[in-house]
Amino acid sequence: MENIKSKDWYLTNFKTIEGSINGESKTPFHELRRKAIEKFEEVDFPTAKDEDWKYTSISEILKYKFESAETIKVSKEEINKHLIPGLKVNLVVVINGNFSKELSHIHKQADGVRIDSFKNLRKSDPDLIMEHFGKHAQIDNGFVALNTAFANDGIVISVPDNAAIEDYVHILNLTGNGTSNVLSQPRNLVIIGKNSAVKVIESYHSISDTESLVNVVNEVSLGENSHFGLYKLQKECNRSFHINRTQAHQSKGSEFTHFSITLGGSIVRNDTNIVLDGENCTGNLFGLYLTEGTQHVDNHTLIDHAKPHCRSNEMYKGVLNDKSRGVFNGKVFVREDAQKTNAYQSNKAILLTADCKVDTKPQLEIYADDVKCSHGAAIGQLDEEAVFYLRSRGIGEELARKVLIRAFANDIFETLTSAELHDHLNHLVYDKLK
Amino acid sequence: MSTELSNVEELAIKDYKYGFQTEIDMDTLPKGLSEETVRAISLRKGEPEWMLEWRLKAYRHWLTIKKENEPHWANLKFPDVDFQDIIYYAAPKQKPVINSLDEVDPELLKTFEKLGISLQEQKRLSGVAVDAVFDSVSVTTTFKAELSKHGIIFCSMSEAVKEHPELVKKYIGSVVPYTDNFYAALNSAVFSDGSFCYIPKGVRCPMELSTYFRINTSGTGQFERTLLIADNGGYVSYLEGCTAPMRDENQLHAAVVELIALDDATIKYSTVQNWYPGDKEGKGGIYNFVTKRGACRGVNSKITWTQVETGSAITWKYPSCILQGDNSIGEFYSVAVTNNHQQADTGTKMIHLGRNTKSTIVSKGISAGKSNNSYRGLVRVHKKAENARNFTQCDSLLIGDRCGAHTFPYIEVGNPSAKVEHEATTSKIGEDQLFYLRQRGIAMEDAINMIVNGYCKDVFRELPMEFAVEAQKLLSISLEGSVG
Repeated sequence: MENIKSKDWYLTNFKTIEGSINGESKTPFHELRRKAIEKFEEVDFPTAKDEDWKYTSISEILKYKFESAETIKVSKEEINKHLIPGLKVNLVVVINGNFSKELSHIHKQADGVRIDSFKNLRKSDPDLIMEHFGKHAQIDNGFVALNTAFANDGIVISVPDNAAIEDYVHILNLTGNGTSNVLSQPRNLVIIGKNSAVKVIESYHSISDTESLVNVVNEVSLGENSHFGLYKLQKECNRSFHINRTQAHQSKGSEFTHFSITLGGSIVRNDTNIVLDGENCTGNLFGLYLTEGTQHVDNHTLIDHAKPHCRSNEMYKGVLNDKSRGVFNGKVFVREDAQKTNAYQSNKAILLTADCKVDTKPQLEIYADDVKCSHGAAIGQLDEEAVFYLRSRGIGEELARKVLIRAFANDIFETLTSAELHDHLNHLVYDKLK
Repeated sequence: MSTELSNVEELAIKDYKYGFQTEIDMDTLPKGLSEETVRAISLRKGEPEWMLEWRLKAYRHWLTIKKENEPHWANLKFPDVDFQDIIYYAAPKQKPVINSLDEVDPELLKTFEKLGISLQEQKRLSGVAVDAVFDSVSVTTTFKAELSKHGIIFCSMSEAVKEHPELVKKYIGSVVPYTDNFYAALNSAVFSDGSFCYIPKGVRCPMELSTYFRINTSGTGQFERTLLIADNGGYVSYLEGCTAPMRDENQLHAAVVELIALDDATIKYSTVQNWYPGDKEGKGGIYNFVTKRGACRGVNSKITWTQVETGSAITWKYPSCILQGDNSIGEFYSVAVTNNHQQADTGTKMIHLGRNTKSTIVSKGISAGKSNNSYRGLVRVHKKAENARNFTQCDSLLIGDRCGAHTFPYIEVGNPSAKVEHEATTSKIGEDQLFYLRQRGIAMEDAINMIVNGYCKDVFRELPMEFAVEAQKLLSISLEGSVG
């Protein structure tokens, strides 16, 4: 019953919005949104019967009536709290899914490089948006449909051939207004030309502790021989819900690194899908999650080896405390002609209490013969002998455990190239362990 | 374990060695399934009232889950099975009362001889007691006298229903209830026969028990029901081997096997499955939808499943262990080979409930031709299962560039003291390994056989000797012609 109600809620909301955009309703862009809401009506929110949502129940999310919110005034101090100390970035601030020009700080970029809001570009360069919007992220569940139907603002990063954005682009997402249950649905596009390079930090924080829902879709297109690093930090309050879909399409010789660290949120679901659609591509997916209380973190990844001679490398680690739950599902597809594929996947989790639970499903589907694919999964607790070793050297039990957990997580941190980012994230993890 | 090079003769008959049909008069029910069919089966078998009631309950349950909930989640593609187009009961008309082998229909004996399980020979040489299931009714049971000396009951299911109703009543459906799944419900309603074995307290079964299954008569679905119980401290090793004649239409086989191990009991269940896989174009072949499950009820009990799956057009089979008793152990060793258009979706479930329970899974998949081979497994550690330990290794070997190998492992851990490890690899036969063997004058075909046999060694080691030899031969026959 709950489910039907929330479906109707969003359908009605769509009608209200549609009524207020009279000038836009005839555009091809809005046509896509209308198709998406039709799709949403058809597929609805996922249930435990959907194989991909078997271990994650969203009934808690459906209890609330979330609605889009305007941007609110946020002080410079609040922003500064979330910056990465010592790291020079192009700062892009997004509040409740809306780009905030006043708070953002973008350096002057080379010709053709664009870091702008999705809303602006829909007007100034609709062709660019139409070329990529909805082209990569297929609508296969209710959340993607909802984001597409309500797509309004977000960030677009577009880099032409043979160019680079020197510093990291930090997309700082703040959610909440203290009065209503905010629904923030940023739609981000990253389009990278041939031989170009971009690094993006995507961080999510709350500005109030009311229940909110962040439902993001990122679409990424990598040109030939381009490099893209996407570093995601999720540190929202424990009442927020977070659904993220990142879909990347890679061309010949490109390299994509996705790094995800999940610390906050009540229910967090990350879907990271990449298609290696050219020879000699490399896809790296690294993830770490630390959960406590009744948090529920679900990481789904899909690596689609569509062309020969590609590599993929995947490593996810989790540390679970209290009554929290962790889910990992790693799918690797190797298509019929994707010979000489090399795919490696590893998934490890540590359970600290008797009440936490991990469900994991590393899945390989292979249709080519000349491939090397392996995956490993291990779930257990801290090695008592290692704890004893440290304690016998005069280190207190609590510290000993902390040291071992940090060592466990270190494999993931070692993939970071920026020292500032490394230190910052390391500190956050350390704080969380307290 | 050395690999025997197949000689010319063996290669010549490799297509499907066991494709023939025996001409014996059959007492068959008309095609189709209804409550009447269920009653008729029960009547013909002279079953007591409670058994019929149980069958009808299962049938009624099956009706409620029909069609829309027919399982489609497996990674398999096949046309819908028409359950009204199947003969549910076929018994050799001339039902012999056996005192000695002389009384057995000579045609039947010939069939067994062709299958290489001549009863006399079995009796004389190997000391294996064979409960031969010819289509649906047990025809002869050997070594019964010897076994009964130890108090072991080893007979057909229909006999057990009549003679040991208290045991059957207590245990049937206790591991695989008729509500378990679509095919288990179907089986519970119409099961024709199967084997029943009870090992009393503290008895170690002196010989390997064995059943040979055989599907005969075109259009007969075979619905075996096997129940094995090892009481406190009992031990039994049970072999199951299968062959079927070459038929053109798809035949359905939906068996149920239940194992129960009480305190300190051990059950070893080994299967070699070599049913008709269909021809090179994927026409014909057996649909093998089996529910196999063992319950380690008692403390220190142990169940080992070993299977070599080379046959069937479609295999859908997950021999599982429910580790209820403290310190109980579940093991699963599997080699699944698919060639041409065969499809296999097989694996295991290890459900850890008791403390200090251990499970080991070793699965070796080999896909060749245009076949698809999936491993689907579940390891679940319940909240109360302290110190549970699991090790899983599932490897896939690909031969040819049009086949598929897939793994779907589910791991659910609810206790922090659990140690669960999972490893999986997929690769093809190494060029350098092949080159090494070839340069020593070994033919391509033999070289591949050797490498494949080496790859499967971990599993073959678990099989009883006679079976291991047979399994190796089967493997080379199945992979025949897969290398260009």
